[in-house]
Amino acid sequence: MDFIVGILNYAVFFAITAGIFAILCLGLNIQWGYTGLFNIGIAGFYAIGAYTSALLSGPPPGPMDWRVVGGFQLPWPVGFLGAALVSGFIAFLIAIPTLKLKEDYLAIATIGIAEVIRLVLKNESWLTNSVWGIKHIPAPLSSLIERSISLFLKKNPDLPFWLQKLFSNAYNFFYLGLVIFILIILYLVSEKMIRSPWGRVLRGIREDELATATAGKNVFWFKMQAFVIGAMLMGMAGSLYAHYARFIDASSFEPFFGTFLIWVMLIVGGSGNNLGAILGAFIIWGIWAGTEFFTSQLGLTGYRAASLRIIFVGVILEIILILRPRGILGEEKIVSLILKQNKKGG
Amino acid sequence: MEDDLNPLLKVEKIKAGYGETEILHSVSCEVKEGEIVTIIGPNGAGKSTLMKAILGLLKPTQGRIIFNGKDITGKNPNQIVREGICYVPQSDNIFPSLTVEENLEMGAFIRKDDYKNKIEEIYEIFPDLKERRKTKAKKLSGGQRQMVAIGRALMLDPLLLLLDEPSAGLSPKLVQVIFEKIEKINEKGVSILMVEQNARKALSISHRGYVLVMGKNRFEGSGDAILNNEEIGKLYLGE
Amino acid sequence: MILSRIPQLVVYGCVSGSIITLGAIGLSLTSGILKFANFAHGDVMATGAFLALFFLFVLQKIGLPSTPLHPLSFGLPLIFAFVLSMLTTGGIAVAIDRVVYKRLRTTGSITLLIASVGVAFVLRNTLQFIWGPDPRYYIKKIQKSIKVPFLGIRIKPDEIFIIIIALFLVILLHLFLTRTRTGKAMRATSDNIDLAQVSGIDTENIVKWTWVIGSALAAAGGVLAGIENKFITPSLGWDMLLPIFAAVILGGIGNPYGAMVGGMIIGLSAELSTLFISTSYKPAVAFIIMIVMLLIKPKGILGEE
Repeated sequence: MDFIVGILNYAVFFAITAGIFAILCLGLNIQWGYTGLFNIGIAGFYAIGAYTSALLSGPPPGPMDWRVVGGFQLPWPVGFLGAALVSGFIAFLIAIPTLKLKEDYLAIATIGIAEVIRLVLKNESWLTNSVWGIKHIPAPLSSLIERSISLFLKKNPDLPFWLQKLFSNAYNFFYLGLVIFILIILYLVSEKMIRSPWGRVLRGIREDELATATAGKNVFWFKMQAFVIGAMLMGMAGSLYAHYARFIDASSFEPFFGTFLIWVMLIVGGSGNNLGAILGAFIIWGIWAGTEFFTSQLGLTGYRAASLRIIFVGVILEIILILRPRGILGEEKIVSLILKQNKKGG
Repeated sequence: MEDDLNPLLKVEKIKAGYGETEILHSVSCEVKEGEIVTIIGPNGAGKSTLMKAILGLLKPTQGRIIFNGKDITGKNPNQIVREGICYVPQSDNIFPSLTVEENLEMGAFIRKDDYKNKIEEIYEIFPDLKERRKTKAKKLSGGQRQMVAIGRALMLDPLLLLLDEPSAGLSPKLVQVIFEKIEKINEKGVSILMVEQNARKALSISHRGYVLVMGKNRFEGSGDAILNNEEIGKLYLGE
Repeated sequence: MILSRIPQLVVYGCVSGSIITLGAIGLSLTSGILKFANFAHGDVMATGAFLALFFLFVLQKIGLPSTPLHPLSFGLPLIFAFVLSMLTTGGIAVAIDRVVYKRLRTTGSITLLIASVGVAFVLRNTLQFIWGPDPRYYIKKIQKSIKVPFLGIRIKPDEIFIIIIALFLVILLHLFLTRTRTGKAMRATSDNIDLAQVSGIDTENIVKWTWVIGSALAAAGGVLAGIENKFITPSLGWDMLLPIFAAVILGGIGNPYGAMVGGMIIGLSAELSTLFISTSYKPAVAFIIMIVMLLIKPKGILGEE
């Protein structure tokens, strides 16, 4: 029984993180899957959302902190919404100069943006407390729930041990419910938007920007909306992460977890498909967790295990790109009638 | 060496296109040794597609292409060039950042011998290029670029030269010059197959011609016959 | 007061610019011919740096005398390791092309870009798996800089070496591109790959050469970075990616000479920027220059057509 409880608790942890990644994937799907905007700076918006939420809902700076702002200890929904709005706003500012760029150039630009955001988060310690991060970020309703649980446990001291263990992790069950709830809402909203005329314009932009522009649509403005909305989702994911991990610093959002992994998730799941985005998140996170088990069996730890696991994910990406680029649920690319000639390799 | 019975190039009922779209629906033509043959027709007739199919940039889905006694259907441009067919595309037909002389050198890339003489020959045909041999091709005028393009294709002493709209974008005076050069090249023994919008001028120097409409053969005859044909004249010759 | 710091910053800028240039040339060449932004190029530089470490270790083990060649801080082993690393890295790049990029050539530049990001992570983590994330050293001793009279600057002999080697490699490349058949074919293929094929050039072979040369130069840049910084870590490549891209865009993709100019400009700007902004934001300078360039003149300063 103990064993099952252990598994259950791990499953909850797994599902919460996968769910947060799924929200990031949904955001990227709006930007890239539907509109064709290549964003390698996901980690930036993720981080902005997390820090905003932490500063709004988190504790005031402690005596040892470099940080001097924030800590308004507002209720979590404020932090959550704030994360979305600030992320979206920063995306808006960034988009103004960069959205005109062609795909490859936009990709390069977004790397630069992510880098600038990373530098700011690392150096402006008055804002972020730099590498020492923000601690003790409160989790929504945690005190209420945890108090109720401990009261309940006190009233029932004879409960079997495994049940006690289950209940003491009850908060995370609640948090999982919160994450899944938000995920489902965002999924439904996303689907609604995509099937609307607005969504069709986005797809038109991805398939043939010139034609869409000629049809009279203000392409730039549509791209902007897609970019900002996607970034807002990423900010929301950041908030959910911050209040779950309860501690963030610059290294929580490094390129692999903050950006690369999400790309792999979306591509494997199928870009251009919201369900694919969610599926990809869970599958790849599952594979990632699986590799941990695998490397521990090999007796590897620390950076060696981490590196091997990352190599494994990288190889998976290459295999998918070569063998099934549309991913599991992605649509077949529409082949336009006026093809460029195939180049013969000789 | 070909005898009179077998043409140098024989295209037999080929079908070809891009992806799902078929452009050429069973097209045939031939070029005898020493001839200038012109293909005319309205836009979208498939003239350029025919050239690309002969050259191997497109693989025909049906039919055969026989050159100099060999079946070259479906071969790569690399190989076809070595058989003796050289091609001047309609656009993007020079290496802009290379000098005139370097462009010609690239034309001779697969030659194993010393091709300095060949370069001088080209300069004989196109004296304008000689004084600009060290100039980057992108700095040349339209007419000079066309000369570089044709010169590059001649570097391999081709048996057959494919020209895709050699007069495109040129002033009337230059058009005249280019066609004179084409005749001169032919006199040296190079057979020529060209596609042209400037039908009248092209046919006037051609031995024979084909009219291609919507991917199908519509007419075939000597240059004069096509020029004098009223029906064709009304429909396709225009200016 | 501030003006007096400029000459020294120019020295630093020339050194870092030389390193960036070597990375940028390779990136410009491969991106120009294959028409995609190769995000793994920085990690190719890192691979070169670590391969040199490996060869250095091997050569020292088999007894090659490692007495420093005065006034440099290193001896023959590193020099040989340098060359061996360039060759090996070139080979590895061709292998990567064969296994990954070649299969994706017809799928479009974005797929290749994503694939190259994957390659970047695999390369970097392979280095980390083997050597770990901590700094590794070619030479342990710190070299003293010498004072140059008249100009009022200090420079280390190693730094002079870096600039000279970079210059040497650049000149070698120039001669290759303008005096050899293959070099001219490379320029031709970069201009117009279809026409190159139609002229009989074996463009697949040219692509191979491009990978070899571009990656060998990248490896050189990586090793020189190791000599300059005194240590190398697996992440040095990804860190260099932004300045290298900025240099390539500045000079115009596909234009190796532009990349040279771009590299020096980026190096110098980054150093000179410290007159006005904090050094922790130095990487951002390259980014700003790049964005400005992309918005005003995307084809680069020496841009084509």
